[in-house]
Amino acid sequence: MNSITNVSRRGFLQGMLSGAAMVLCVRVVPDVLWPHEALAAEGETAVDRAVLHPAVYLGIDPDGTVHIVAHRSEMGTSSRTSLPLIAADELDADWGRVKLEQAPGDARFGNQDTDGSHSIRDFYQPMREAGATARLMLIQAAAQQWNVPASECTTELHAVVHNGSGKKASYGDLATAAAKLPVPKKEDLQFKPASAWRYIGKGQPSYDLADLCTGKAVFGMDARADGMLYASVEHPPVLGGKVKSFDDKAPLEVWGVKQVVPIDPYKPPYVFQPLGGVAVIADNTWSAFEGRKKLNVTWDDGANASFDSTEFKKELQATARKPGKVHRNQGDVDATFKTAPKFHEADYYVPLLAHASMEPPAALADFRDGQLNVWAPTQDPQNTRETLSKLLELPKEKITVNVTLLGGAFGRKSKCDFIVEAALLSRKSGKPVKVVWSREDDIRFDFYHTVAAMYVKAAVGAKGMPTAWLQRSVFPPIGSTFTAGETYGSADEMQLGFTDLPYDVANIRVENGPAEAHVRIGWLRSVANIYHAFAVQSFADELAHAAQRDPVDYQLALLGESRKIDIKKSAPDYPNYGGSLDDYPIDTARLRRVVEIAAEKSGWGKRKLGHGSGLGIAVHRSFLTYVATVVEVEVTPTGEVRIPRVDTAVDAGLVVNPEATRAQFEGAAVFGTSLARKGEITAKKGVVEQSNFHNYPVARIHEAPYQTNVYIVPSDAPPAGVGEPGVPPFAPALCNAIFAATGTRIRELPLSRTKLKLAPSAHPQAKKNPSA
Amino acid sequence: MVQLKVNGVQRSFDGNPDLPLLWYLRDVLGLTGTKFGCGMALCGACTVHQNGEAIRSCSTTVKDAEGSEIRTIEDLAAHGLSPIQGAWLDANVPQCGYCQSGQIMQAAALLAKTPKPTDKDIDSVMAGNICRCGTYQRIRAAIKAAAGEHA
Repeated sequence: MNSITNVSRRGFLQGMLSGAAMVLCVRVVPDVLWPHEALAAEGETAVDRAVLHPAVYLGIDPDGTVHIVAHRSEMGTSSRTSLPLIAADELDADWGRVKLEQAPGDARFGNQDTDGSHSIRDFYQPMREAGATARLMLIQAAAQQWNVPASECTTELHAVVHNGSGKKASYGDLATAAAKLPVPKKEDLQFKPASAWRYIGKGQPSYDLADLCTGKAVFGMDARADGMLYASVEHPPVLGGKVKSFDDKAPLEVWGVKQVVPIDPYKPPYVFQPLGGVAVIADNTWSAFEGRKKLNVTWDDGANASFDSTEFKKELQATARKPGKVHRNQGDVDATFKTAPKFHEADYYVPLLAHASMEPPAALADFRDGQLNVWAPTQDPQNTRETLSKLLELPKEKITVNVTLLGGAFGRKSKCDFIVEAALLSRKSGKPVKVVWSREDDIRFDFYHTVAAMYVKAAVGAKGMPTAWLQRSVFPPIGSTFTAGETYGSADEMQLGFTDLPYDVANIRVENGPAEAHVRIGWLRSVANIYHAFAVQSFADELAHAAQRDPVDYQLALLGESRKIDIKKSAPDYPNYGGSLDDYPIDTARLRRVVEIAAEKSGWGKRKLGHGSGLGIAVHRSFLTYVATVVEVEVTPTGEVRIPRVDTAVDAGLVVNPEATRAQFEGAAVFGTSLARKGEITAKKGVVEQSNFHNYPVARIHEAPYQTNVYIVPSDAPPAGVGEPGVPPFAPALCNAIFAATGTRIRELPLSRTKLKLAPSAHPQAKKNPSA
Repeated sequence: MVQLKVNGVQRSFDGNPDLPLLWYLRDVLGLTGTKFGCGMALCGACTVHQNGEAIRSCSTTVKDAEGSEIRTIEDLAAHGLSPIQGAWLDANVPQCGYCQSGQIMQAAALLAKTPKPTDKDIDSVMAGNICRCGTYQRIRAAIKAAAGEHA
């Protein structure tokens, strides 16, 4: 482990340093910390989320500039800011003197797959170690210079000070000397006490804030290279379809069009391969779009041409009424059902959804002299590199995946099919090529959030409390993307708000039924939690009303006494989001606390609401974070829904950047509004019927919640996720509020499928709800 | 040959005059601050000013812009941050930020016409600009704060 980094050795650092003079700068901290761990990571696949010991890059220039590599992708969650903040805090660095560099895809950085809300969770400690290592080396260098024991020295902002003499040296001045010292062992590191934190728990605005407000920020869509061309691809309208014929001449007559290039269809399983089709390459994006209109492709649609989402819905609902594969079995549900005097049961349905990030998929590739460089808004640059290597038959070392800012992603940009298209087309044309997906391409050829049918049945005993609880979900699984023909959901999907049912019910069974995929299935912000939370939290509210009990009181009764649930006893395969149950238990005390806070802050039971207004609550643990949401609705006499207010309580363990966290939960309420109100993808004859924001509407400013209040529970528990956990409780809380306001129970999303009516006086059931 | 002014610079374009202004700005002039979101004037990501009015550049051809003064996000801060951009920074509006150029250009046009917009004004003028991250609450707050600064 050397201490002076030869910067030129590391291509990725060149962009970080402006001008050749900087190349010879001294870095006090080695570029790879603990290389054995970095090497261990080298062989991992990028989808392996178990890599918890990354290499971390942090360096200091003699001018005092601190360079920190942001190795996770920035799609709006602020992880690009919040992770380096942790290192800067332990270093006692001045944030204003920190320069960030976005890492390209490389296993030496540790896991870069930015999904699953685990950036802070997995890299909080490595970032602290990176900062603490540098700080200790700077202290040691100063102590040597002053000939005093290191124990008498400490740091203040960006400088080392000697306690006795008051001597002081800046980090920049110490950098060269510190670089000659051996790297301290992990066990010798000292971490700041929480009371001394500068940034952790306080946060900072996004590093890119000013650029984002002035048009300077560079997204994948904005990547440019000299002599570049622009491409647009006509994909098979039905998944698995193949080109039969096309006109390769007519597009060339369109102004600006340069070339027409067919792309081979994928071979099952499709994973992240391009869909195939025909590309038009032009000297501007619009001409490529226009050229496509002249292709006149005829297709062989293949087997999925029989897919009809309306028929498919019936199939799913029928399957949800049949016994499935058991994922959790506690007590004896069947025996209890046999003797129970009372039951409640319900079917729920959530349709296919598209991601529709504001930046459609786009990527620039430059293939020349056997070397491939791409610039892309990817959530997973390591997987992108591996996929490019495999599909283009190029060694990984010949491929650089540069990560731009992501104009939204929500899981879509974990899949690199559009980046592979750019690479194939650059190789074919011999020029840098930017592939741009139109909005229509984005919505019609997504890796969709899957459609799901759920069935829940409970035996109801004293005070309306369930004595047995059966729940079943049926959905074309994400596994179908990776294994052709896969029909069963994995433990990873079932854990998302279903296997982990936190209620104090003696007998619980959780099942999954089979369903075939006819479109590409992927993951969307909070994934299966969306439909599972919708079913479970709607059902809990139904039980409360059936028992004529207040939904908040009833939720607390369902959660039962504060305890850590021994989930492995009844669900041995429960994955717990890859976290250990010791560090991240299913803790009903924390669920209860967020329910109580959300209820109190919302004025539950205390505020007088007008006719047509109501409150609804839902509570949900996902990505190891506990969230309760109260939604207030106003339903107009014509059945229109307004959302004046949302109150969300969040226990995400230690929160590094509270402002960014609040923003995530504000945004999650809007995301939840979109999917609950109007979000639905349908298909006829295998062809997706939606194409743009007129028929796949997402929430606009007047439809979104007017005010979302976020309450972060102070906690020193290990950090958990914040990007996704706000989404799952929103739709059920909204629908529960609609029930409180109107007496209409929504069991199918989106809401636009149900014509809401406001009764002249409140519904009798709704009346009994003190929150209405 | 189409003549137009972009961010104060006189330009002439001799390509296909049906080219949408968006792609002229992005692909021809390299002004990538203006974003592509839908191509159908449904999302507002491509909003720029034509003679001071907010327009959707994806659905405005270069020919439609002939003789006009076009202003993009790049020019809004040409002489320091505009009040609306300052308000955006103060309110920490962006998440991913992709739609924000369009939001800011739309909000700037709103404030130019309606210096003290009500919630209703904001709803009706900003409803054409989608933010998928859901920053609407902060957009509203930033517009109101900027309106205060105008006073």
